[in-house]
Amino acid sequence: MSQEKNEKTFEQSLEELEKIATNLERGDLTLEQAISEFEQGMNLSKECSKKLDEAEKKINILVQKENGEFEEETFETPVD
Amino acid sequence: MENKVYTVSQLNKYIKMIFDKDIFLNNINISGEITNFKAHYTGHFYFTLKDEQATIKCVMFKSFASLVKFKPADGMKVVISGQVSVFERDGVYQIYCRTMTPEGLGDLYLAYEQLKEKLQKEGLFNEDHKKKIPFLPNRVGVITSRTGAVVRDIINVSTRRYDKVNLLIYPAAVQGVNVASTVIQGLDTFNKLNNVDVIIIARGGGSFEDLFGFNDEKLARKIYESKIPVISAVGHETDFTICDFVSDLRAPTPSAAAELVYPRYVDIVNKILLCKRRNINAIKNYILRKKDYVEKVKASKLEKVPLDMINKYRLVIDSSIRNSENILKMRVEKYKSRCMQNIAKLDALSPLKTLTRGYSVVENKNGQVIKSVNDVKKDDFLNITVNDGKIEVIVN
Repeated sequence: MSQEKNEKTFEQSLEELEKIATNLERGDLTLEQAISEFEQGMNLSKECSKKLDEAEKKINILVQKENGEFEEETFETPVD
Repeated sequence: MENKVYTVSQLNKYIKMIFDKDIFLNNINISGEITNFKAHYTGHFYFTLKDEQATIKCVMFKSFASLVKFKPADGMKVVISGQVSVFERDGVYQIYCRTMTPEGLGDLYLAYEQLKEKLQKEGLFNEDHKKKIPFLPNRVGVITSRTGAVVRDIINVSTRRYDKVNLLIYPAAVQGVNVASTVIQGLDTFNKLNNVDVIIIARGGGSFEDLFGFNDEKLARKIYESKIPVISAVGHETDFTICDFVSDLRAPTPSAAAELVYPRYVDIVNKILLCKRRNINAIKNYILRKKDYVEKVKASKLEKVPLDMINKYRLVIDSSIRNSENILKMRVEKYKSRCMQNIAKLDALSPLKTLTRGYSVVENKNGQVIKSVNDVKKDDFLNITVNDGKIEVIVN
Protein backbone atom coordinates (compact mmCIF):
# COMPACT_ATOMS: atom_id res chain seq x y z
CA MET A 1 0.00 0.00 0.00
CA SER A 2 2.86 2.37 0.81
CA GLN A 3 4.25 1.65 -2.60
CA GLU A 4 0.96 2.61 -4.10
CA LYS A 5 1.20 5.88 -2.20
CA ASN A 6 4.57 6.80 -3.71
CA GLU A 7 3.28 6.32 -7.22
CA LYS A 8 2.08 9.35 -9.11
CA THR A 9 -1.62 9.80 -8.37
CA PHE A 10 -4.15 9.97 -11.14
CA GLU A 11 -4.68 13.62 -10.31
CA GLN A 12 -0.98 14.43 -10.61
CA SER A 13 -0.76 12.71 -14.00
CA LEU A 14 -3.81 14.53 -15.25
CA GLU A 15 -2.56 17.88 -13.96
CA GLU A 16 0.80 17.34 -15.60
CA LEU A 17 -0.93 16.43 -18.84
CA GLU A 18 -2.95 19.64 -18.74
CA LYS A 19 0.14 21.67 -17.98
CA ILE A 20 1.99 20.20 -20.94
CA ALA A 21 -0.92 21.02 -23.25
CA THR A 22 -0.91 24.60 -21.96
CA ASN A 23 2.87 24.86 -22.40
CA LEU A 24 2.66 23.57 -25.94
CA GLU A 25 -0.20 25.91 -26.75
CA ARG A 26 1.85 28.87 -25.54
CA GLY A 27 4.36 27.86 -28.20
CA ASP A 28 7.52 29.49 -26.82
CA LEU A 29 9.51 26.26 -26.52
CA THR A 30 12.39 25.18 -28.69
CA LEU A 31 11.62 22.47 -31.20
CA GLU A 32 13.44 19.85 -29.10
CA GLN A 33 11.56 20.90 -25.97
CA ALA A 34 8.24 20.91 -27.79
CA ILE A 35 8.78 17.41 -29.15
CA SER A 36 9.86 16.01 -25.79
CA GLU A 37 6.89 17.68 -24.06
CA PHE A 38 4.58 16.28 -26.67
CA GLU A 39 5.94 12.77 -26.19
CA GLN A 40 5.57 13.09 -22.46
CA GLY A 41 2.01 14.34 -22.88
CA MET A 42 1.08 11.37 -25.03
CA ASN A 43 2.61 8.99 -22.49
CA LEU A 44 0.68 10.64 -19.68
CA SER A 45 -2.63 10.41 -21.52
CA LYS A 46 -1.92 6.73 -22.08
CA GLU A 47 -1.02 6.33 -18.42
CA CYS A 48 -4.25 8.02 -17.28
CA SER A 49 -6.42 5.88 -19.51
CA LYS A 50 -4.57 2.79 -18.29
CA LYS A 51 -5.14 3.73 -14.67
CA LEU A 52 -8.84 4.13 -15.33
CA ASP A 53 -9.04 0.76 -17.03
CA GLU A 54 -7.01 -1.01 -14.38
CA ALA A 55 -9.03 0.28 -11.39
CA GLU A 56 -11.01 -2.33 -9.55
CA LYS A 57 -14.20 -1.94 -7.58
CA LYS A 58 -13.55 -2.58 -3.91
CA ILE A 59 -15.76 -1.81 -0.93
CA ASN A 60 -14.24 -2.96 2.36
CA ILE A 61 -14.82 -2.35 6.04
CA LEU A 62 -12.15 -2.07 8.73
CA VAL A 63 -12.70 -4.56 11.52
CA GLN A 64 -10.67 -4.42 14.72
CA LYS A 65 -9.38 -7.78 15.90
CA GLU A 66 -8.89 -8.78 19.52
CA ASN A 67 -5.20 -7.89 19.37
CA GLY A 68 -6.12 -4.35 18.33
CA GLU A 69 -4.95 -4.78 14.74
CA PHE A 70 -7.28 -3.78 11.94
CA GLU A 71 -8.32 -6.09 9.17
CA GLU A 72 -10.23 -5.41 6.01
CA GLU A 73 -13.30 -7.38 5.15
CA THR A 74 -15.62 -7.11 2.19
CA PHE A 75 -18.49 -4.83 3.09
CA GLU A 76 -22.02 -6.04 2.54
CA THR A 77 -24.29 -3.13 1.72
CA PRO A 78 -27.03 -2.98 4.32
CA VAL A 79 -30.60 -3.46 3.16
CA ASP A 80 -33.66 -2.26 5.01
CA MET B 1 -42.14 39.19 74.44
CA GLU B 2 -41.25 42.69 73.39
CA ASN B 3 -38.46 42.78 75.88
CA LYS B 4 -36.71 39.69 74.58
CA VAL B 5 -33.35 40.31 72.91
CA TYR B 6 -32.01 38.01 70.22
CA THR B 7 -28.59 37.56 68.74
CA VAL B 8 -27.88 38.27 65.06
CA SER B 9 -27.25 34.59 64.52
CA GLN B 10 -30.60 33.71 66.00
CA LEU B 11 -32.30 36.24 63.77
CA ASN B 12 -30.59 35.03 60.63
CA LYS B 13 -31.33 31.45 61.52
CA TYR B 14 -34.97 32.33 62.00
CA ILE B 15 -35.15 34.11 58.68
CA LYS B 16 -33.48 31.18 56.96
CA MET B 17 -36.02 28.84 58.50
CA ILE B 18 -38.87 30.97 57.17
CA PHE B 19 -37.32 30.97 53.68
CA ASP B 20 -36.66 27.25 53.68
CA LYS B 21 -40.20 26.43 54.70
CA ASP B 22 -41.61 28.34 51.77
CA ILE B 23 -42.51 25.96 48.98
CA PHE B 24 -42.46 28.74 46.40
CA LEU B 25 -38.90 29.78 47.27
CA ASN B 26 -37.70 26.20 47.44
CA ASN B 27 -38.01 25.60 43.76
CA ILE B 28 -38.11 28.65 41.62
CA ASN B 29 -37.12 29.61 38.04
CA ILE B 30 -35.69 33.07 37.58
CA SER B 31 -34.63 34.82 34.40
CA GLY B 32 -32.07 37.60 34.42
CA GLU B 33 -28.76 38.88 33.18
CA ILE B 34 -25.52 37.62 34.66
CA THR B 35 -23.16 40.17 36.18
CA ASN B 36 -20.05 39.90 38.37
CA PHE B 37 -19.59 36.31 37.24
CA LYS B 38 -16.76 34.41 38.91
CA ALA B 39 -15.85 30.80 38.26
CA HIS B 40 -14.01 29.93 41.46
CA TYR B 41 -11.08 27.52 41.26
CA THR B 42 -13.01 25.12 43.47
CA GLY B 43 -15.49 24.74 40.61
CA HIS B 44 -18.27 26.84 42.13
CA PHE B 45 -19.89 29.73 40.25
CA TYR B 46 -20.56 33.03 42.01
CA PHE B 47 -22.51 35.73 40.25
CA THR B 48 -25.31 38.27 40.47
CA LEU B 49 -28.49 38.08 38.46
CA LYS B 50 -30.13 41.36 37.55
CA ASP B 51 -32.91 42.97 35.60
CA GLU B 52 -33.55 46.70 35.02
CA GLN B 53 -34.54 47.44 38.61
CA ALA B 54 -33.07 44.82 40.91
CA THR B 55 -30.25 42.35 41.59
CA ILE B 56 -29.89 39.13 43.55
CA LYS B 57 -26.80 37.17 44.49
CA CYS B 58 -26.45 33.66 43.15
CA VAL B 59 -24.22 30.72 43.88
CA MET B 60 -23.90 27.46 41.96
CA PHE B 61 -21.93 24.72 43.56
CA LYS B 62 -19.50 22.55 41.66
CA SER B 63 -21.75 19.49 41.43
CA PHE B 64 -24.29 21.57 39.48
CA ALA B 65 -21.85 23.94 37.78
CA SER B 66 -20.01 21.08 36.11
CA LEU B 67 -23.20 20.08 34.30
CA VAL B 68 -23.52 23.45 32.56
CA LYS B 69 -22.47 22.86 28.92
CA PHE B 70 -21.65 26.47 28.07
CA LYS B 71 -19.47 29.02 29.79
CA PRO B 72 -21.56 31.66 31.61
CA ALA B 73 -20.33 35.21 31.26
CA ASP B 74 -21.32 38.73 32.23
CA GLY B 75 -24.14 40.15 30.15
CA MET B 76 -25.54 36.73 29.28
CA LYS B 77 -29.30 36.33 29.69
CA VAL B 78 -30.05 33.08 31.48
CA VAL B 79 -32.82 31.17 33.21
CA ILE B 80 -31.77 29.53 36.41
CA SER B 81 -33.62 27.15 38.67
CA GLY B 82 -32.84 26.70 42.32
CA GLN B 83 -33.74 27.59 45.86
CA VAL B 84 -33.78 31.01 47.47
CA SER B 85 -32.17 30.78 50.89
CA VAL B 86 -30.28 32.81 53.41
CA PHE B 87 -26.54 32.92 53.97
CA GLU B 88 -26.63 33.40 57.71
CA ARG B 89 -23.08 34.67 58.15
CA ASP B 90 -23.64 37.71 55.94
CA GLY B 91 -27.35 38.06 56.45
CA VAL B 92 -28.06 37.93 52.77
CA TYR B 93 -30.48 35.89 50.84
CA GLN B 94 -29.35 34.41 47.57
CA ILE B 95 -30.27 31.85 45.01
CA TYR B 96 -28.62 28.44 45.27
CA CYS B 97 -28.74 27.46 41.60
CA ARG B 98 -29.31 23.94 40.35
CA THR B 99 -29.53 24.50 36.60
CA MET B 100 -28.71 27.29 34.23
CA THR B 101 -29.80 27.58 30.61
CA PRO B 102 -29.27 30.42 28.20
CA GLU B 103 -32.42 32.39 27.59
CA GLY B 104 -33.80 32.06 24.08
CA LEU B 105 -31.20 29.64 22.72
CA GLY B 106 -30.70 26.17 24.09
CA ASP B 107 -27.64 25.49 26.17
CA LEU B 108 -26.31 23.09 23.54
CA TYR B 109 -26.60 25.78 20.96
CA LEU B 110 -24.74 28.22 23.13
CA ALA B 111 -22.03 25.66 23.79
CA TYR B 112 -21.77 25.19 20.03
CA GLU B 113 -21.54 28.93 19.43
CA GLN B 114 -18.87 29.30 22.06
CA LEU B 115 -16.74 26.43 20.79
CA LYS B 116 -17.11 27.75 17.26
CA GLU B 117 -15.92 31.19 18.32
CA LYS B 118 -13.02 29.78 20.30
CA LEU B 119 -11.75 27.56 17.50
CA GLN B 120 -12.27 30.28 14.94
CA LYS B 121 -10.11 32.63 17.00
CA GLU B 122 -7.46 29.94 17.23
CA GLY B 123 -7.45 29.66 13.46
CA LEU B 124 -8.77 26.12 13.15
CA PHE B 125 -11.16 27.16 10.39
CA ASN B 126 -8.59 29.12 8.39
CA GLU B 127 -8.90 28.61 4.66
CA ASP B 128 -5.14 28.49 4.15
CA HIS B 129 -4.89 25.40 6.34
CA LYS B 130 -7.46 23.51 4.32
CA LYS B 131 -6.06 20.68 2.25
CA LYS B 132 -7.02 20.10 -1.35
CA ILE B 133 -9.41 17.23 -2.01
CA PRO B 134 -7.75 14.95 -4.60
CA PHE B 135 -9.49 14.56 -7.93
CA LEU B 136 -10.33 10.88 -8.36
CA PRO B 137 -8.59 9.47 -5.26
CA ASN B 138 -7.14 5.97 -5.31
CA ARG B 139 -9.02 5.11 -2.17
CA VAL B 140 -11.64 6.82 -0.02
CA GLY B 141 -12.05 6.29 3.73
CA VAL B 142 -15.59 6.62 5.05
CA ILE B 143 -16.23 7.07 8.78
CA THR B 144 -19.90 6.38 9.39
CA SER B 145 -22.38 3.93 10.80
CA ARG B 146 -22.08 0.53 9.16
CA THR B 147 -25.85 0.28 9.09
CA GLY B 148 -28.49 2.62 7.75
CA ALA B 149 -29.08 4.72 4.70
CA VAL B 150 -25.97 6.89 4.78
CA VAL B 151 -23.40 4.23 3.93
CA ARG B 152 -25.75 2.83 1.30
CA ASP B 153 -26.31 6.27 -0.25
CA ILE B 154 -22.59 6.88 -0.47
CA ILE B 155 -22.01 3.51 -2.13
CA ASN B 156 -24.93 3.97 -4.52
CA VAL B 157 -24.10 7.51 -5.56
CA SER B 158 -20.39 6.90 -5.99
CA THR B 159 -20.75 3.65 -7.95
CA ARG B 160 -23.38 5.24 -10.18
CA ARG B 161 -20.86 7.92 -11.15
CA TYR B 162 -17.74 5.82 -11.19
CA ASP B 163 -18.26 2.06 -11.18
CA LYS B 164 -14.80 1.08 -9.91
CA VAL B 165 -14.92 2.85 -6.56
CA ASN B 166 -12.49 1.92 -3.83
CA LEU B 167 -14.08 2.59 -0.44
CA LEU B 168 -12.84 1.64 3.01
CA ILE B 169 -15.43 2.00 5.73
CA TYR B 170 -14.60 2.68 9.36
CA PRO B 171 -17.65 1.84 11.46
CA ALA B 172 -18.39 4.60 13.98
CA ALA B 173 -21.14 5.69 16.32
CA VAL B 174 -23.02 8.61 14.81
CA GLN B 175 -25.42 9.20 17.68
CA GLY B 176 -25.04 9.31 21.44
CA VAL B 177 -22.10 9.91 23.72
CA ASN B 178 -19.56 7.85 21.72
CA VAL B 179 -19.72 9.90 18.53
CA ALA B 180 -16.60 11.98 19.08
CA SER B 181 -14.50 9.14 20.49
CA THR B 182 -15.28 6.65 17.71
CA VAL B 183 -14.89 9.21 14.94
CA ILE B 184 -11.57 10.24 16.49
CA GLN B 185 -10.51 6.57 16.47
CA GLY B 186 -11.45 6.38 12.81
CA LEU B 187 -9.33 9.44 11.97
CA ASP B 188 -6.42 8.05 13.98
CA THR B 189 -6.67 4.67 12.29
CA PHE B 190 -6.74 6.07 8.75
CA ASN B 191 -3.86 8.42 9.52
CA LYS B 192 -1.85 5.57 10.99
CA LEU B 193 -2.56 3.06 8.21
CA ASN B 194 -2.18 5.88 5.67
CA ASN B 195 -4.14 3.82 3.18
CA VAL B 196 -6.70 6.32 1.90
CA ASP B 197 -6.36 9.63 0.02
CA VAL B 198 -9.39 11.33 1.49
CA ILE B 199 -11.69 10.73 4.47
CA ILE B 200 -15.44 11.34 4.53
CA ILE B 201 -17.13 11.73 7.91
CA ALA B 202 -20.78 11.05 7.23
CA ARG B 203 -24.03 11.10 9.15
CA GLY B 204 -27.61 11.53 8.06
CA GLY B 205 -29.84 14.43 9.01
CA GLY B 206 -31.17 14.87 12.51
CA SER B 207 -32.03 17.39 15.18
CA PHE B 208 -29.43 19.74 16.55
CA GLU B 209 -29.20 17.49 19.59
CA ASP B 210 -28.76 14.39 17.39
CA LEU B 211 -25.80 15.97 15.65
CA PHE B 212 -24.32 17.44 18.80
CA GLY B 213 -21.67 14.74 19.09
CA PHE B 214 -19.97 16.34 16.08
CA ASN B 215 -19.56 19.62 17.99
CA ASP B 216 -16.69 18.26 19.98
CA GLU B 217 -13.49 20.14 20.63
CA LYS B 218 -11.22 17.08 20.61
CA LEU B 219 -12.78 15.86 17.38
CA ALA B 220 -12.33 19.30 15.83
CA ARG B 221 -8.64 19.33 16.75
CA LYS B 222 -8.18 15.79 15.42
CA ILE B 223 -9.71 16.79 12.08
CA TYR B 224 -7.45 19.84 12.01
CA GLU B 225 -4.38 17.66 12.60
CA SER B 226 -5.31 14.95 10.09
CA LYS B 227 -2.69 14.58 7.36
CA ILE B 228 -5.33 13.14 5.06
CA PRO B 229 -7.92 15.63 3.73
CA VAL B 230 -11.29 15.37 5.50
CA ILE B 231 -14.72 15.98 4.04
CA SER B 232 -17.50 16.59 6.55
CA ALA B 233 -20.90 15.31 5.49
CA VAL B 234 -22.86 15.56 8.71
CA GLY B 235 -26.60 16.12 8.54
CA HIS B 236 -28.54 17.95 5.84
CA GLU B 237 -27.68 21.04 3.92
CA THR B 238 -29.09 23.35 6.61
CA ASP B 239 -27.29 21.66 9.49
CA PHE B 240 -23.92 22.98 10.52
CA THR B 241 -21.56 21.40 13.02
CA ILE B 242 -18.06 22.30 14.22
CA CYS B 243 -16.95 19.28 12.21
CA ASP B 244 -18.12 21.11 9.05
CA PHE B 245 -16.14 24.25 9.79
CA VAL B 246 -12.86 22.58 10.62
CA SER B 247 -12.94 20.01 7.80
CA ASP B 248 -11.13 20.67 4.55
CA LEU B 249 -14.42 20.57 2.69
CA ARG B 250 -18.05 20.54 3.78
CA ALA B 251 -20.47 18.45 1.79
CA PRO B 252 -24.12 19.42 2.23
CA THR B 253 -25.15 15.74 2.43
CA PRO B 254 -23.42 12.33 2.47
CA SER B 255 -24.54 11.77 -1.15
CA ALA B 256 -22.98 15.08 -2.11
CA ALA B 257 -19.73 13.97 -0.47
CA ALA B 258 -19.72 10.90 -2.72
CA GLU B 259 -20.19 13.20 -5.73
CA LEU B 260 -17.35 15.42 -4.56
CA VAL B 261 -14.80 12.61 -4.42
CA TYR B 262 -15.95 10.62 -7.43
CA PRO B 263 -16.31 12.48 -10.70
CA ARG B 264 -18.44 10.85 -13.35
CA TYR B 265 -16.46 8.26 -15.30
CA VAL B 266 -17.42 9.75 -18.66
CA ASP B 267 -16.25 13.19 -17.48
CA ILE B 268 -12.82 11.84 -16.63
CA VAL B 269 -12.48 10.02 -19.94
CA ASN B 270 -13.51 13.20 -21.75
CA LYS B 271 -11.01 15.20 -19.80
CA ILE B 272 -8.18 12.86 -20.76
CA LEU B 273 -9.27 12.88 -24.40
CA LEU B 274 -9.51 16.65 -24.38
CA CYS B 275 -6.00 16.98 -23.00
CA LYS B 276 -4.70 14.51 -25.55
CA ARG B 277 -6.35 16.40 -28.38
CA ARG B 278 -5.02 19.71 -27.09
CA ASN B 279 -1.58 18.16 -27.00
CA ILE B 280 -1.79 16.95 -30.59
CA ASN B 281 -3.27 20.19 -31.92
CA ALA B 282 -0.69 22.23 -30.07
CA ILE B 283 2.25 20.34 -31.56
CA LYS B 284 0.67 20.49 -35.03
CA ASN B 285 0.20 24.21 -34.73
CA TYR B 286 3.67 24.58 -33.33
CA ILE B 287 5.23 22.84 -36.31
CA LEU B 288 3.06 24.76 -38.76
CA ARG B 289 4.08 28.00 -37.11
CA LYS B 290 7.77 27.06 -37.33
CA LYS B 291 7.42 26.12 -40.99
CA ASP B 292 5.64 29.36 -41.66
CA TYR B 293 8.40 31.24 -39.92
CA VAL B 294 11.06 29.57 -42.02
CA GLU B 295 9.15 30.47 -45.18
CA LYS B 296 8.83 34.04 -44.06
CA VAL B 297 12.51 34.38 -43.34
CA LYS B 298 13.34 32.95 -46.71
CA ALA B 299 11.06 35.44 -48.43
CA SER B 300 12.24 38.42 -46.46
CA LYS B 301 14.64 41.11 -47.87
CA LEU B 302 17.11 40.12 -45.22
CA GLU B 303 17.48 36.80 -46.88
CA LYS B 304 17.49 38.21 -50.44
CA VAL B 305 20.52 40.48 -50.04
CA PRO B 306 23.04 37.77 -49.24
CA LEU B 307 21.54 35.57 -51.93
CA ASP B 308 22.12 38.32 -54.49
CA MET B 309 25.66 38.67 -53.30
CA ILE B 310 26.19 34.98 -53.52
CA ASN B 311 24.83 34.95 -57.05
CA LYS B 312 27.15 37.78 -58.04
CA TYR B 313 30.20 36.02 -56.68
CA ARG B 314 29.06 32.81 -58.22
CA LEU B 315 29.29 34.51 -61.65
CA VAL B 316 32.78 35.75 -60.91
CA ILE B 317 33.84 32.34 -59.77
CA ASP B 318 32.34 30.70 -62.82
CA SER B 319 34.12 33.03 -65.25
CA SER B 320 37.37 32.63 -63.34
CA ILE B 321 37.09 28.92 -63.65
CA ARG B 322 36.39 29.24 -67.34
CA ASN B 323 39.39 31.57 -67.84
CA SER B 324 41.78 29.27 -66.06
CA GLU B 325 40.53 26.37 -68.07
CA ASN B 326 41.28 28.27 -71.30
CA ILE B 327 44.73 29.27 -70.20
CA LEU B 328 45.53 25.72 -69.23
CA LYS B 329 44.32 24.43 -72.58
CA MET B 330 46.44 26.92 -74.47
CA ARG B 331 49.54 25.96 -72.48
CA VAL B 332 48.97 22.31 -73.18
CA GLU B 333 48.57 22.99 -76.89
CA LYS B 334 51.81 24.98 -76.94
CA TYR B 335 53.81 22.18 -75.28
CA LYS B 336 52.24 19.65 -77.52
CA SER B 337 53.39 21.39 -80.75
CA ARG B 338 56.91 21.87 -79.36
CA CYS B 339 57.11 18.19 -78.57
CA MET B 340 56.01 17.31 -82.08
CA GLN B 341 58.77 19.50 -83.59
CA ASN B 342 61.42 17.88 -81.37
CA ILE B 343 60.23 14.43 -82.23
CA ALA B 344 60.51 15.22 -85.95
CA LYS B 345 64.04 16.56 -85.43
CA LEU B 346 65.10 13.49 -83.48
CA ASP B 347 63.58 11.26 -86.06
CA ALA B 348 65.64 12.88 -88.80
CA LEU B 349 68.86 12.40 -86.87
CA SER B 350 68.20 8.75 -85.96
CA PRO B 351 70.78 6.25 -87.33
CA LEU B 352 67.94 3.97 -88.10
CA LYS B 353 66.85 6.50 -90.68
CA THR B 354 70.19 5.95 -92.63
CA LEU B 355 69.51 2.21 -92.80
CA THR B 356 66.56 2.96 -95.04
CA ARG B 357 68.92 4.50 -97.46
CA GLY B 358 70.99 1.17 -97.79
CA TYR B 359 73.55 1.56 -95.02
CA SER B 360 73.99 -1.18 -92.45
CA VAL B 361 75.47 -1.62 -89.00
CA VAL B 362 77.87 -4.51 -88.24
CA GLU B 363 78.24 -5.74 -84.64
CA ASN B 364 80.25 -8.60 -83.10
CA LYS B 365 78.53 -11.14 -80.88
CA ASN B 366 79.14 -8.85 -77.92
CA GLY B 367 77.13 -6.10 -79.56
CA GLN B 368 80.20 -3.90 -80.33
CA VAL B 369 79.99 -1.94 -83.59
CA ILE B 370 82.72 -2.95 -86.05
CA LYS B 371 84.33 0.22 -87.28
CA SER B 372 87.69 -1.21 -88.70
CA VAL B 373 89.07 -4.41 -90.26
CA ASN B 374 91.21 -4.79 -87.18
CA ASP B 375 88.04 -5.30 -85.13
CA VAL B 376 87.42 -8.75 -86.66
CA LYS B 377 89.23 -12.02 -86.96
CA LYS B 378 88.59 -15.01 -89.22
CA ASP B 379 85.63 -17.12 -88.14
CA ASP B 380 84.09 -14.32 -85.94
CA PHE B 381 80.29 -14.27 -85.82
CA LEU B 382 78.93 -10.88 -86.83
CA ASN B 383 75.45 -9.35 -86.91
CA ILE B 384 74.55 -7.06 -89.75
CA THR B 385 71.54 -4.86 -89.11
CA VAL B 386 69.76 -3.67 -92.25
CA ASN B 387 66.58 -1.69 -92.71
CA ASP B 388 64.25 -4.63 -92.31
CA GLY B 389 66.09 -7.12 -90.05
CA LYS B 390 69.36 -8.76 -89.05
CA ILE B 391 71.83 -11.00 -91.02
CA GLU B 392 74.20 -13.36 -89.20
CA VAL B 393 77.54 -13.89 -90.99
CA ILE B 394 80.90 -15.56 -90.35
CA VAL B 395 84.15 -13.78 -91.36
CA ASN B 396 85.98 -15.67 -94.14
